[in-house]
Amino acid sequence: MSLIVGFIILLGCQFLGELVVRGLSIPVPGPVMGMVILLVALLVNGRVPQGLRKTGEGLLNYLTLLFVPAGVGMMVHFELIRADFWTIIVTLVVSTAVTLAVTAKVMERVNQRATVERAE
Amino acid sequence: MNVVALDQLWVYLAGNPLLSLLVTLIAFYLATRVNILLGRTPLLHPVVISIVLLISFLLLTGIDYRTYFEGAQFIHFLLGPATVALAIPLYDHRIRVQRMIWPVMIGCITGIVTAVGSTLGIALLMGANRETLLTLAPKSVTSPIAMGIAEQLGGIPSLAAGLVLLTGSIGCALGPWVFRLLKIKDPTVQGFTLGLAAHGFGTAQSFSSIGALAGAFAGLAMGLAGLVTAFLLPLIVALLGI
Repeated sequence: MSLIVGFIILLGCQFLGELVVRGLSIPVPGPVMGMVILLVALLVNGRVPQGLRKTGEGLLNYLTLLFVPAGVGMMVHFELIRADFWTIIVTLVVSTAVTLAVTAKVMERVNQRATVERAE
Repeated sequence: MNVVALDQLWVYLAGNPLLSLLVTLIAFYLATRVNILLGRTPLLHPVVISIVLLISFLLLTGIDYRTYFEGAQFIHFLLGPATVALAIPLYDHRIRVQRMIWPVMIGCITGIVTAVGSTLGIALLMGANRETLLTLAPKSVTSPIAMGIAEQLGGIPSLAAGLVLLTGSIGCALGPWVFRLLKIKDPTVQGFTLGLAAHGFGTAQSFSSIGALAGAFAGLAMGLAGLVTAFLLPLIVALLGI
């Protein structure tokens, strides 16, 4: 039954998330709001129910598989990709490199300062 | 016994959701095998291989994407509950997150602003059209969230998913170089950075090649970045007037 309990919690949170997002017309995907709702619920509850952990971690283990059907959808957009091919490739590579460098550097700086303050 | 002609049988099978579901799982299994044979290289991620295999299969057999998706949607549907499930690793690491709250928050915000800013900046400079621009914008965020954001903004969700996957492989390939160049050795920083810039791929890479602590921080960065981007990006786009 643990699998069913897990799915009830996950789908329930997603459902609530969709309700909140649509009801208040917030520009955020429903499942993201569902994630926030679940996080708050877990913090209030103080522990992760066993069934939820089993189902959730099972889903997250195969997260990459879940992207495949949508990724295959790229075949519909061959024209658009061809039109903007170099823009897309250059943007992806350069922006990812810059993001990696800036994030790592900034975080290391702040982290060092925080560690020094804690030591003092 | 009445044997049905092969072409009639095929017409029946090609339109049946069962075939696309089965083919998707087989492609993913084969792709994972190939990736292990190649030494788990991040350059040819199982997802990328599966997508190439499936697109080739569909083009060869002449099955269109809509028909394929009728079966594959059962897998696709699970992205929703999987996104909700990201709350579990976030909850698990709450104490460590509290302790590193400032580096995590500042790293997260600067990372997202850099990711979105550089993406929009470069794409605009190179003259991308509006649809491509809005599809590229959420590329650093994990797929289920990115697709939701792209849809909200007026981009193309399925193309956004593809670009997110490409970003993930690029991030995993570039990560080790960037860390060596900048002399970043702290595993929490490495993991967090990979999770932020390369979402699920970066998280998997952190677990397998840096360690469990890096993996935990990568998972945190992935969840947090997804969440913050989902709230920030519509604002940024509105501010820039795109």
